[in-house]
Amino acid sequence: MPSAAGLYMRQRQLPRRAREAYASVTSTDNTSISEAIMARRYDSRTTIFSPEGRLYQIEYAMEAISHAGTVLGVLAKDGVVLAAEKRVTGKLLDLSSAKVGGGYGGSGEKMFLLNSNVIGGVAGITSDANSLVNYARTVAQQHLLQYNDDIPVELLAQRLCDLKQGYTQYGGLRPFGVSILYAGYDPHYRFQLYHSDPSGNYSGWKATCVGANNGTAQSLLKQEYKDDISVEQAIGLVLRVMSKTMDSPTLGSEKLEFAVLTYDEANKQPKAKIYRPSEIDALLVAEGLAKKDDDTEMKS
Amino acid sequence: METSFALTGKGYVIVAADTTAARSIVKMKVDEDKIKELGTHLLMAYSGEPGDTVQFAEYVERNIRLYQIRNLYPLRPPAAASWIRRSLAQSIRSRSPYSVNLLLGGYDKSENKPNLYWIDYLGSVVEVPFAAHGYGSYFALSLLDRYHDPEAPLEEGLATLRRCIDEVAKRLVVSPSNYKVKVVDKDGVREVEI
Repeated sequence: MPSAAGLYMRQRQLPRRAREAYASVTSTDNTSISEAIMARRYDSRTTIFSPEGRLYQIEYAMEAISHAGTVLGVLAKDGVVLAAEKRVTGKLLDLSSAKVGGGYGGSGEKMFLLNSNVIGGVAGITSDANSLVNYARTVAQQHLLQYNDDIPVELLAQRLCDLKQGYTQYGGLRPFGVSILYAGYDPHYRFQLYHSDPSGNYSGWKATCVGANNGTAQSLLKQEYKDDISVEQAIGLVLRVMSKTMDSPTLGSEKLEFAVLTYDEANKQPKAKIYRPSEIDALLVAEGLAKKDDDTEMKS
Repeated sequence: METSFALTGKGYVIVAADTTAARSIVKMKVDEDKIKELGTHLLMAYSGEPGDTVQFAEYVERNIRLYQIRNLYPLRPPAAASWIRRSLAQSIRSRSPYSVNLLLGGYDKSENKPNLYWIDYLGSVVEVPFAAHGYGSYFALSLLDRYHDPEAPLEEGLATLRRCIDEVAKRLVVSPSNYKVKVVDKDGVREVEI
């Protein structure tokens, strides 16, 4: 019988349909579903409401995201800062393409350049995220083709949300298990930070956090954020909050992805920068947050 | 014959088009408005094949308005020009192209400057300080070469426009008697008496 808490209940074996529904839901940090989740009649298909008026698949998608690596974003008056905790790390991981010059930084797990004026930070199921990032890039280029103009940040967020919402209403397919933070610039509203979730809902933020420990991070941000901060102050704030909320004890380029979006006055263009591992280490040293650690193999 | 002119000045664009609607030897209407207001800060004068003109102009107007309603921001003039150009470029490569020439004048609120685009039915677009379409262009362009000042105040801009209109009236065999003149600046679009 459903418990008062609502969502979870232990059971010996899941019915076949529920097992199939759960075959596709895995999370990036490899925690297999430790609590057996009872699949009710109403939650194995996204296109059905429960009697209480809830869409369980969407809630489960958000649950998947809450186990994924943290992504943090802060809006400053002259830029936007994004940071993320990587979960896919290790000595044997080959990140040589990220370290060598050319292209842009980032290992391709959390931070992506969506357009020359928008950086996306993703949290959740990595393969879903890759699919959405590709879609976002296509949408941004289509806009550029039609209007010869960078897509406004909110418009890009809306397009992705329209796609995500579609997966909650028709097709009988599961929702995307991804939350995205969009950091961008456009001439209309200058610097902006948006967050979209699997339901297809989005909102604009001055500072926000998704993924694991987002509650802690959010309250830290609430205390320390000031409206008129500069990009330099925002970078410091982001790194300090990350160091307090990240699971791992060390703060280093092995575990951290970092990106900043500013405006280049000389060229009159937005400037998106996803930091390379060496640049992240240098930044941590400058902020006084780097820790000497023998375990870190990825020294550059 | 259908004539339109446009010129930019300090913080404004003036767009003028004749108001005669004629078929063969008959003037059916002498107060036709051939300048569409595409948005709060965007004007478009159209000329060309009868029927095609209004059809295409309305198509552009409605799509630009739709963008504005859907997306909360109006399309900036450079983006609007690109969209229009692309529509015409697709049209010319279709089975029955639109034969329409346009002058797109707008004020870009984010950059605080006026923009003017000359667009033709092939899908060419150029950003220019002044422009004209029709037989009247043969006379107007030389006058504008000589007298146009991109930093001129509105009164001077209108005086320059007056020169073009007078020259066309003097030299063109079948010259239009009346023109509609509209101005777009930071406060929006309005009609002016010339």
